[in-house]
Amino acid sequence: MDFLLPADQMAMLLWGLRTTVLLFTVAWVGAFALAVILVTVRATEYRPCRWIVDAFVAYHRNVPLLVQVMFWYFGMPEILPEGIRFWLYDHNAEFSLAAIALALGSSAYQAEDIRSGLRAIPATQFEAARALGCNYLQTMRFIVVPQALRISLPPLVGRALLLFKNTSVAMAIGVAELTYRTREIENMTFKTFTVFGIATVLYLLGTFALMGLGAWLERRTTPGRKERRHA
Amino acid sequence: MTAPVIVRFDQVNKWYGQNHVLQDVSLEVAKGEVVVVCGPSGSGKSTLIRTINALEPIQKGSVTLNGTAVHGKGTDLNKLRQSVGFVFQQFNLFPHMSVLDNVTFAPIRIQKRPRAEAEALARELLARVGLAEKEGSFPGFLSGGQQQRVAIARALALRPPVILFDEPTSALDPEMVGEVLQVMKSLARDGMTMICVTHEMGFAREVGDRVIFMDQGRIVVDTTPELFFDAPDHPRVRRFLSDVRGEH
Repeated sequence: MDFLLPADQMAMLLWGLRTTVLLFTVAWVGAFALAVILVTVRATEYRPCRWIVDAFVAYHRNVPLLVQVMFWYFGMPEILPEGIRFWLYDHNAEFSLAAIALALGSSAYQAEDIRSGLRAIPATQFEAARALGCNYLQTMRFIVVPQALRISLPPLVGRALLLFKNTSVAMAIGVAELTYRTREIENMTFKTFTVFGIATVLYLLGTFALMGLGAWLERRTTPGRKERRHA
Repeated sequence: MTAPVIVRFDQVNKWYGQNHVLQDVSLEVAKGEVVVVCGPSGSGKSTLIRTINALEPIQKGSVTLNGTAVHGKGTDLNKLRQSVGFVFQQFNLFPHMSVLDNVTFAPIRIQKRPRAEAEALARELLARVGLAEKEGSFPGFLSGGQQQRVAIARALALRPPVILFDEPTSALDPEMVGEVLQVMKSLARDGMTMICVTHEMGFAREVGDRVIFMDQGRIVVDTTPELFFDAPDHPRVRRFLSDVRGEH
């Protein structure tokens, strides 16, 4: 790669990619877990629960991601107790707060994807499970959720791609991820085309990997994938 | 009647809002009986059998299954439902599971039986409904008649003493009705207690012990197939029979 960029600069870019992948992974796991909680809370009959979730989703869908990230980095620590604030600043606060902001933003969308998947399961599936003696949790675990996740998979893959790309927003608060490193090297070398070209390829590698994973999961979860259609 | 009563309705009443869908229904079904429930649409037939496994609540009276009050306060519904098979009009198989997994699901996951035992029983049942070679297929790859036969095997996998059929052939293409009825007839001949909501009059006549005719939420006639078909004395039944037979 030396003909494109010196090895040390290439290493910086790859280190940036590592941070990007890490940020994405932490944010995605947090987002998915939170989305499941949001869907569960939203499913309760208790009205205030639904209002809280709806408000949460509305905020994250209607406020620019950059504002959310900056709010978490510049605004949130102000209201935190001093001890936690200093601890955060000592422990890579940019990264953690960016991960939190990205996770919250993505969770709102993922929750909507999962919820629409659940709503696509006909009531007769619940009924069939109940008629076999399933309790509520067994019905959800064995019958409803597996089918709903299958339906939610394509939109969830789309959200994951979006989240992967949106990690670049974290550069605004100084997280040294791929875009941050790209800008840095570009400022040092003025090889704008080359540096951004390499960054583009690196982002594409990440998104292609996610798309491949999504396609693999979709194939794996297609009922009767090994079966030829013969009734 | 000497055989013990399995299902008992006692003055059952049910409303959907203002609509009085079951009116003072009383009925006893003994072990080994095959009871066919028929009547015009909206007469409460499906609602009637859906109260037996508490898919439908009732407002007054009581339904008793094997001596347990179905709608009683302390009743463990999940346990109760394992002792009554239910076959739906639309099959309602689990589309994400293979045929074998559909049949073994409840024994393994709900009754916690060993997988080997559950699979042996499932294969036996699938052979019985004529689908032994389809155990690896998925519901989406089967015809309606095949799906309904799998659904019957699934219901039988819990070894229930009684099995309920809710218009099991109404969603099928005509050429597939026969294969499902054949399975039902063989069950009936083996002494299974069955309550079938169906318009298949041939089935009622051939294997039915009793015919229940419902109209507007009431049991209007409760008699033998012979009397029901050959000497219908109720005007509503005569009209129904001529409609079913396509006479005008």
